[in-house]
Amino acid sequence: MHPLARTILQRLGLGLMTLFIVSIVIFSMVSWLPGDFAKAILGQAATEETVAAFQKEIGLDKPPVQRYVEWVGNVVQGEFGSSFASRVGYKRTVAELIAPRLANTLFLASLTAAIAVPLALALGILAALYRNSLFDRIVNSVTLTTISMPEFFMAYLLMLFLSVKLSWLPGLASVDAETELLERITRCALPTLTLTLVIVAHMMRMTRAAIINLLACPYIEMARLKGMSKSRVILRHALPNAWAPIVNVVAFNLAYLVVGVVVVEAVFTYPGIGQLMVDAVTARDIPVVQACALIFAATYIMLNLTADIISIATNPRLLHPR
Amino acid sequence: MANDNVKRPTREKGEILLEMRDLRIEGESDDVWHQIVKGVDLTLCRGEVLGLIGESGAGKSTIGIAAMGFAHPGCRFNGGSITFDGIDLMNAPEEVKRKMRGSRISYVAQSAAASFNPAHRLIDQTIETETQQGIRDTQASIADAKDLYSRLRLPNPEAIGFRYPHQVSGGQLQRVMTAMAMTCRPDLIIFDEPTTALDVTTQVEVLASIRAIVEEFHTAAIYITHDLAVVAQMAHRIMVLRHGKLVEEAPTREMLAAPQDAYTRSLWAVRKLAKEESTTYDLILKVEHVDAAYGSAVKILDDVSISVPRGRTVAVVGESGSGKSTLARVVTGLLPPTKGSVKFNGADLPPALAQRDKESLRRIQMIYQSPDTALNPRQRVYDIIGRPLTFYHNLRGKALKDRIVELLKMIELDESYIDRLPGEMSGGQKQRICIARALAAEPDLIICDEVTSALDQIVQEEILKLLLRLQAEFEISYLFITHDIATVRAIADEIVVMNQGKVVQQGLKTKVLSPPHPAYTELLLSSVPEMDPDWLTNLLQKRAAKTK
Amino acid sequence: METKVPRARRSKTAAALRELKKAPWSAWFGLIVLLGYTFVALFAPLIAPSKESEIVGDSYMEWSALYPFGTDQLGRDMLSRMIFAAQNSMGIALAATMFSFLTGGILGIMASILRGWFDQAVSRFIDALMAIPSLIFALMMLSILGSTAINLIIVIGVVDATRVFRLTRAVSMNVVSLDFVEAARLRGEKLPWVVFREIVPNILPPLITEFGLRYCFVFLTISSLSFLGLGLQPPTADWGLMVKENATLITYGDITPLLPAGAIALLTVAINFVVDWFLHKTSGLRDGQ
Repeated sequence: MHPLARTILQRLGLGLMTLFIVSIVIFSMVSWLPGDFAKAILGQAATEETVAAFQKEIGLDKPPVQRYVEWVGNVVQGEFGSSFASRVGYKRTVAELIAPRLANTLFLASLTAAIAVPLALALGILAALYRNSLFDRIVNSVTLTTISMPEFFMAYLLMLFLSVKLSWLPGLASVDAETELLERITRCALPTLTLTLVIVAHMMRMTRAAIINLLACPYIEMARLKGMSKSRVILRHALPNAWAPIVNVVAFNLAYLVVGVVVVEAVFTYPGIGQLMVDAVTARDIPVVQACALIFAATYIMLNLTADIISIATNPRLLHPR
Repeated sequence: MANDNVKRPTREKGEILLEMRDLRIEGESDDVWHQIVKGVDLTLCRGEVLGLIGESGAGKSTIGIAAMGFAHPGCRFNGGSITFDGIDLMNAPEEVKRKMRGSRISYVAQSAAASFNPAHRLIDQTIETETQQGIRDTQASIADAKDLYSRLRLPNPEAIGFRYPHQVSGGQLQRVMTAMAMTCRPDLIIFDEPTTALDVTTQVEVLASIRAIVEEFHTAAIYITHDLAVVAQMAHRIMVLRHGKLVEEAPTREMLAAPQDAYTRSLWAVRKLAKEESTTYDLILKVEHVDAAYGSAVKILDDVSISVPRGRTVAVVGESGSGKSTLARVVTGLLPPTKGSVKFNGADLPPALAQRDKESLRRIQMIYQSPDTALNPRQRVYDIIGRPLTFYHNLRGKALKDRIVELLKMIELDESYIDRLPGEMSGGQKQRICIARALAAEPDLIICDEVTSALDQIVQEEILKLLLRLQAEFEISYLFITHDIATVRAIADEIVVMNQGKVVQQGLKTKVLSPPHPAYTELLLSSVPEMDPDWLTNLLQKRAAKTK
Repeated sequence: METKVPRARRSKTAAALRELKKAPWSAWFGLIVLLGYTFVALFAPLIAPSKESEIVGDSYMEWSALYPFGTDQLGRDMLSRMIFAAQNSMGIALAATMFSFLTGGILGIMASILRGWFDQAVSRFIDALMAIPSLIFALMMLSILGSTAINLIIVIGVVDATRVFRLTRAVSMNVVSLDFVEAARLRGEKLPWVVFREIVPNILPPLITEFGLRYCFVFLTISSLSFLGLGLQPPTADWGLMVKENATLITYGDITPLLPAGAIALLTVAINFVVDWFLHKTSGLRDGQ
């Protein structure tokens, strides 16, 4: 088999393996629940029978392996069980809860990525090319300050100035299924701006570091000594070798975005999956927490896997084996 | 191609091509600028090959690259002038200098593997300058490149260019880089230690092809190296540099015949050492039929048997991949052999380090190639030498300190060194501390793994003399691993020649070094450059005669 | 020996002072802020005008001479709570970071020395843990264990230990492969000597820098958790929690909730400035060699 194909298959296998281990970790959570958990959920008034019935319902009476197999089987079909919190009145499945929220979060994340990725790459490459210039130094200290701040500080600052003081943008990002696209974008403006600022700072710094690393390679100096113009050194000699580091930077930051979303959604009360997870953790609604954690982890693993595969596919040593 | 079979013609000197006057370059480290090149004058005529020789920190590479109007990142010109063919390189606009690079002045770097872009085929990189600067079209360039490849005697010149850098060996890459430098038929090529990273047998081939092509196109060249024997084959004239200053300058033959400066003479110090050999039947170490491998992969050692007489030196010689360092790891117990045994003082040594007792560990000590990594940078000399004394001999307090001072005296360092950290000593001093650490154990056998390779010639000589003196004084045996034949002459009683994991030849020094040799020994010995400007010419003639 | 060691020490202090004089303004700023915070955290009960959760007046009182930053949603003195929060937030973050360095550091060094199956097993397990975003992992664990100070320290410590393990293992691997470690093994030294005399002194500088960065990260994670209501629980004073509790004021244009958020930002910016300078310093020294 071509070594490239073999390496990619290996990585895919490793990714699946990781997902498997992660699913076990997430699944095992239920078994770590303290003994009085059912009481905490059902309230102090719960009788022995209701507790037993509850434990049966979440399947604690079956052996763990069987429970795991059933759980994974359901998850693969998009079925995460039913929420603890909604069980008293009418039953709501986790999938029902998650679906609209997930769509909202994906909307916010893609909007941010569409702005942040090109902006950060451009800034990072420029800062690397004009290293130690005034531009570089300013961008550097601004981004260092930005990444040091908690997201909610940034979020409230923006809210205070752009929404409360200047009334340019809506302060809360409440959307529902009926919201028009344009309206949706306007309401998402502040959360998107917050996330963009944070992500751009991270991504720009990492891009700059990756490019500077690359420019220190002997073959770049050789290209200069061969009389190549600055643009040719960058485009022909640096860029083909830069895909791997740049893709890794982008993947790392998109993964960071996934997490950053949780806090920002809370600030702007945006009905996304992050908010849902926080509410579920507060209510200790385990099936929902599990589902959210699994979705976050799977996204994270997939992003990293994609980056890995792109770096492998652009590595000349693997593309052209001996 | 035929040139190197005939005696080299003395070239006509052309008009002046390159002139440097009072060149000064400084470099920055830790926010402080300090001089790297301190006012050097250099003149080079058309068609002339000038050798720049010096040890680490002499500034020779910096001067070489300055001939292209270029300074490494973190360096800058701060005085003097550089004139190339009437153009003032110090003040010329960047665009003018850029257009000259690659076409009129080109560069061959030390590490070909790192200097080729891994993402492109060799041919595309070879012809890049001429197509980019519009000197020739792609078709003509490719044809010319193939022609150059064949002139440089690269195997399969039609196809080799279509490979990627990682698919080609180091010696071949170096020749492809020479072809790349030659494509625009430049007036001047800078060769920056082009063979330093290569084994000697490969070096001969690369030297021969570089010399032939430079002569053929009558190209002027600056050849930078730290090896006087190498530069003697290549250059018409040699400049000796030290600490950024010129020490001596003379035509090659004159310089070799009658060096004026003591520093120049010290550049071949090790070659002048020679030990009277002697041997004994009292063997301290016997390695018998040893096989060894890392993991389950290919055998690194294949049925290796050697023996070391008491109080004598056995030199193990071989190129990279010969298994000589692996042999040391087997003797020390770091790599248990898969077959065979190691006998020490007549008794079997347990194969693995963990099974050996303190006493047998004490009796075999090791000294490493690089004193920088062999000494813990956070320990003072007191702790470095003191630890084996406490560990093996249970010395403490005043007795310990007295013994450390005594050991320092033995390695010719005074008492004040006791508080030093490794970072506060020179390379030679650090290597002495390593010797003292080995000595502190009072061993029977010291394994020396390329202990002088990382040092400058003059320091090498001192260390070798010290080792010889200690051997005479304490009857220590050395298993001396090296790739350098001059070092072998200086220190060995017996020689073991290794190639690809096997012992090729073993015996007394004079016997191994004098003909008739087995084929590999012959190849190895004949490939070692000698201090004779005609050495390469004669060697190539001899080899050509043989193949006929 | 005895007389010479102090000389070396003194010159080390002198060198450190010299470095400090050359330090850029950002590093100075960072150091001063850090010292200020540490002072406030250590002597919080002496500095604060009122007790941590003492109700002193109406809720959401305006800024005044008596209550410089007004009162919070329950009528507690904002300033006093800010001061106590320094102690709580910084203390918990410090405990969690130390916990993570202890576990991650020890495992990392062990993996680099023992190699083989131990390294493989631990590394693969850590890889899997790192495949879950840290905040998500923390949320998950806290939903099971409940948010108490001890649980926070353990959960955040474990999450962060994965990163510390990675770094320690890598740095330590580099040192383990050096000849002086081999020389010690050839001498017959036991494992503790090799670890504490040969390896640890050489991996300390990068680990100290990393400690600063990890501390920042842990501090931000705990603040975020508290802000989400899943970190330190009321009535404990914590900057993240205080932002959450008083967030509604923002919509009226009152900047009071930004004060605790700003306190967090100032501290992390300060640490980052100091670490940045330190990094620049150590990498610069390495180039010089």
